[in-house]
Amino acid sequence: MSSIHVTTTLNGDPAEFLCEAEETLLDVLRDRLGHTGAKEGCGTGDCGACSVVVDGRLVCACLMLGAEAAGRSIETVEGMAEGDKLHPLQRKFLDHAALQCGICTPGLLVAAKSLLEREPDPDEEQVRYWLAGNLCRCTGYDKIIRAVLDAAAEMREAS
Amino acid sequence: MNYQAPTTLKDAVTLMQGDTGNCRILAGGTDLLVRLRSEMEEPDTVIDIKRIAELDEIAEEGGGWRIGAAVSGVRMAEHAALVAAWPGVVEAMNLIGSTQIQSRATMAGNLCNASPAADSVPAMVAAEAVARVVGPDGARDVPVAEIPTGPGRTSLARDELIASIFLPAPQTRAADAYLRFIPRTEMDIAVAGCGVWLALDAAGTCTAARVAVGAVGPTVRLVEDAGAALVGSKLEPDALDALAEACSAAATPIDDKRGTAAYRVHVAGVLARRAAVIAAKRAGDTT
Amino acid sequence: MALDSKQDDRTHQFKVVGTRPPRPDGIDKVTGRARFGADMTAPGMLTGRILRSPHPHARITSIDSSEAEALPGVHAVVTRADFAHAVADAATADVLDNCMAGDKALYDGHAVAAVAASSPAIARKALKLIKVDYEPLPHVTDVDAAMQPDAPALHEGRANETVPAGLSPNVVARCAFGHGDIEAGLAQADRIVERTYRTEATHQGYIEPHACLASVGPDGQADLWCCTQGHYMVRNTCAEILGMDQGQLRVTASEIGGGFGGKTTVFLEPVALMLSKKAGRPVKMVMSRSEVLRASGPTASSSVDVRIGMTKEGRITAGFAELRYQGGAYPGSPVDMGAMAAFAPYDLENVKTVGWDVVTNRPKAAAYRAPGAPMAAFAVESAIDELAKGFGLDPLEVRLKNAAREGTRASYGPTYPAIGLEATLRTARDHPHWSAPLGPNQGRGVACGFWFNFGGDTCVTLNITPDGTVTVTEGNPDIGGSRASMSMMAAEELGIPYDKVRTVIADTGTLGQNEVTDGSRVTFAVGLATIEAARAAKREMCRRAAQIWGIEEEAVVWEDGAARPAGPNAGTHPPMSLAEIAAIASNTGGPIAGHHEVNAEGAGVSFATHMVDTEVDPETGAVKILRYTVFQDAGKAVHPDYVEGQFQGGAAQGIGWALNEEYIYGADGVLQNPGFLDYRIPVASDLPMIEPVILEIPNPGHPYGVRGVGETSIVPPLAAIANAVSEAAGVRLTHLPLSPPKVLDALKSK
Repeated sequence: MSSIHVTTTLNGDPAEFLCEAEETLLDVLRDRLGHTGAKEGCGTGDCGACSVVVDGRLVCACLMLGAEAAGRSIETVEGMAEGDKLHPLQRKFLDHAALQCGICTPGLLVAAKSLLEREPDPDEEQVRYWLAGNLCRCTGYDKIIRAVLDAAAEMREAS
Repeated sequence: MNYQAPTTLKDAVTLMQGDTGNCRILAGGTDLLVRLRSEMEEPDTVIDIKRIAELDEIAEEGGGWRIGAAVSGVRMAEHAALVAAWPGVVEAMNLIGSTQIQSRATMAGNLCNASPAADSVPAMVAAEAVARVVGPDGARDVPVAEIPTGPGRTSLARDELIASIFLPAPQTRAADAYLRFIPRTEMDIAVAGCGVWLALDAAGTCTAARVAVGAVGPTVRLVEDAGAALVGSKLEPDALDALAEACSAAATPIDDKRGTAAYRVHVAGVLARRAAVIAAKRAGDTT
Repeated sequence: MALDSKQDDRTHQFKVVGTRPPRPDGIDKVTGRARFGADMTAPGMLTGRILRSPHPHARITSIDSSEAEALPGVHAVVTRADFAHAVADAATADVLDNCMAGDKALYDGHAVAAVAASSPAIARKALKLIKVDYEPLPHVTDVDAAMQPDAPALHEGRANETVPAGLSPNVVARCAFGHGDIEAGLAQADRIVERTYRTEATHQGYIEPHACLASVGPDGQADLWCCTQGHYMVRNTCAEILGMDQGQLRVTASEIGGGFGGKTTVFLEPVALMLSKKAGRPVKMVMSRSEVLRASGPTASSSVDVRIGMTKEGRITAGFAELRYQGGAYPGSPVDMGAMAAFAPYDLENVKTVGWDVVTNRPKAAAYRAPGAPMAAFAVESAIDELAKGFGLDPLEVRLKNAAREGTRASYGPTYPAIGLEATLRTARDHPHWSAPLGPNQGRGVACGFWFNFGGDTCVTLNITPDGTVTVTEGNPDIGGSRASMSMMAAEELGIPYDKVRTVIADTGTLGQNEVTDGSRVTFAVGLATIEAARAAKREMCRRAAQIWGIEEEAVVWEDGAARPAGPNAGTHPPMSLAEIAAIASNTGGPIAGHHEVNAEGAGVSFATHMVDTEVDPETGAVKILRYTVFQDAGKAVHPDYVEGQFQGGAAQGIGWALNEEYIYGADGVLQNPGFLDYRIPVASDLPMIEPVILEIPNPGHPYGVRGVGETSIVPPLAAIANAVSEAAGVRLTHLPLSPPKVLDALKSK
């Protein structure tokens, strides 16, 4: 069992790590790169708590091997804010109280950002279906959906 | 475990051929990584095929479409010409899992995983899709229906992989559709699924039809009686009843955590009826 | 100080309470900085993993861990034999047995051994090297089957004195509540409904799996970091199990990724401590989702017989329910609370409930949001609905006619003070949802729900910093925004801005005993203690001002964030703000703080009425939730956003319970669906917006009128949805979940 050396980009920064072949991207992010924003809720792609963006695509970090990250560009919740300026989605999640415990929040934020980059003016149904892979057990989703729609409206106005 | 990411198909085949242990192909990984995680599978080698350029493209071929084994569901959904040609196949693929899964899951992977409930397979069977199987002796083309041989089993040799899936050139006044039933609105495995392809004449009479059902038997099944029930009809209620009955009759499901056998038998027919109506509407719209 | 702590603050114009400020942990939670159970590391940390029984019931004849211990990288192996300390308390002994099996494995997934190793891969490998010899035994997972005299017995001699002789040893407790004469009441009825209702076991379904990091030193001092609803409970339970002094174990609660009752006990923590003790290194343990579902607390499944009589005018003449709950492999199903809550919303002359606690080969039930009440309400509210509709009566009017109110003797004993049930029913009746049109295959259902709410042991310390800001130190993990509510109540009481207060959750070394975050107690009890701690600080600040001004303490009042002279003899001193008093505190006697320690009483019961529209697909039996409205009494909504969130979240969990969530056991006694793929909690596209309507009928037991709100919201949905689906389908459905095959079967049986 020899470790694999991987060079990648994490939230715009060059990053490299050693990992075993079995390790998932989520394992690597959390245990090797100290980025614990992505959470493991299931480890099987059913809950979305580990949502990250790889080369522009929204994925579950638990369903990708760390070794596959070579040469890719990875974006996580830790990269959403610009300095001390929160992303509009982050602000709207707070304004709308769209989180209770907060464990699903990083994944939802990353997933919602990915939606708004493709569809700046989604309707409620589009938001609900896009986020269907992100389980939240606390909120009943109501305030989350409102926060995403409100952030989308604000981002459209700003652009 | 040994991770390999070859950049040519030839290298991939050489790696498979030279591997003496349990070797698995990693395309989207949305099934394989779940099995690794649950320790259902502990391969010695994993061959990641996503760095092989020729497997990562959707190419037009004689009016049909060749979809590389590494092409994800979202790439298919974004390909307007493919969606126009085979809306049922693309929607079947896109029903699998979440947005996140769609970024990774591949149709060839869905096929090779050989789950009786694989969503894309009934649609591909109805579309008469053909898999290009590559091994040490070169390539061979195999109808998709002949790839799965039972739950988790395929007809591929241990040193073969699927390089691409070919969807034939669409016909005029013909279209496909796929529907499945799940308990929730998303994220579930099909309790039953049905893919329908049909062609109409200028008067709207069905001239040919293929109907395949999934999750109601050990493998996806092409139901010839169901297709025959539509031919010659304008999808009148009687024809749809006969279609539904044929699909229910062809279903040999089991009771499990996702549904009862009786329920699956019934719903297979309901889905066939609904999918046929959608396909006919699409076929009419193509003129 | 002239301020009378008994003053009725409920008539006050609130300045902070009732507003919607940002939560103190908000930024951390939207940026990924918040540290949850699995996010902690320690130098030299090992990975702990648990080996679990594949059998639902088996005698463990031997465990050989020698090969695992010999594997390089393995630092400790633990089995039950390592827990040699005798645990006196029977309930705690059951907790230990649940964390690490003794003579028998009692359910699929029961822990039998654990390892600590230098990497996850080595730990995984080590588990495979542990040889456990099992002697499989017959098993039983169904509550009614487990009560049969010839059912496989899990334990002998666990039935308590309430259980009549001659029953299966799996029947471990009986309870009964009520008053009046059921038969006499039924004799006055124009119609009687008598039915059996069943619900399946569901899991709390928190997205964060259990996780902890334990570090035990050779001197016996230990630290534990974990996600829990009550780190004081973790300390006390682990100390008892391991034979440690409570004071030597410091427990720090991480941010908690959902609990809903499921994190009110321990699973990994004693094992991690034992592994760390043996290995001499910190040990981190994190459950997989499959472990969470197989081995951490689901709630009970239930089988409930109901008999209710009603006059044709809609008056309930008698209500009887016999409830049978299985709580997994150990005594302690929530049947007693179900039996108390079943008829709690109604003012009845003749009412009786009997509950049976039954053990089965399933994981030990843990609390789940209003434990025991949703299943009882499902049965009773379904029967009332059927009676009302049978007479052609409006189901809301029937409930209003029978509604409990101030002075009603509750079915479970006490007499209610001011309560809000009627207000929720009237508001529901007048809401546009009630009169909105319905389409084909659609049905509307309503149901009421009740929860007791709790208080309990609580400590709060409120410190005034030298620059005049305030820190509130409390001991209850914040599960849905409670830190914001504490800061708000402190700010309200002190008359200072919300952003001058920060509330932190202390470790077990910082405060005295705190009851678990459960029973919807935190905003009530910790809020009460926060207000009292603020009042203590105010008294001290008034004393300091009096000292500076050279006047009597009684001549100083606290108003708008400042001490002010009051009364004819107080003089004309300019007010001293909190910041001014704080700045010179060192010169006037030293730092200023207030604290309050209490076993809080007067929690104030809470009621809700839910209204839901559903549509049934007649060809597939699929149910869609079209519209949902929650009407609930909050007493006083401190932070309305988080009150609404509790209403919405409880409704959503209830929707899952009613429609698709269930523990599915095969004939082999093995859990068939230990993952979020087939344990189907609602996803975003399954639900509509959930409209929360907050009613405020003040709780006389709290200075601001606060009632707990967290649990009541899961009580009505099961029945409301079943009533709606029964109407849409034209057939009464009595077995949850209303999964498509069941609904289709019911449709076909019409």
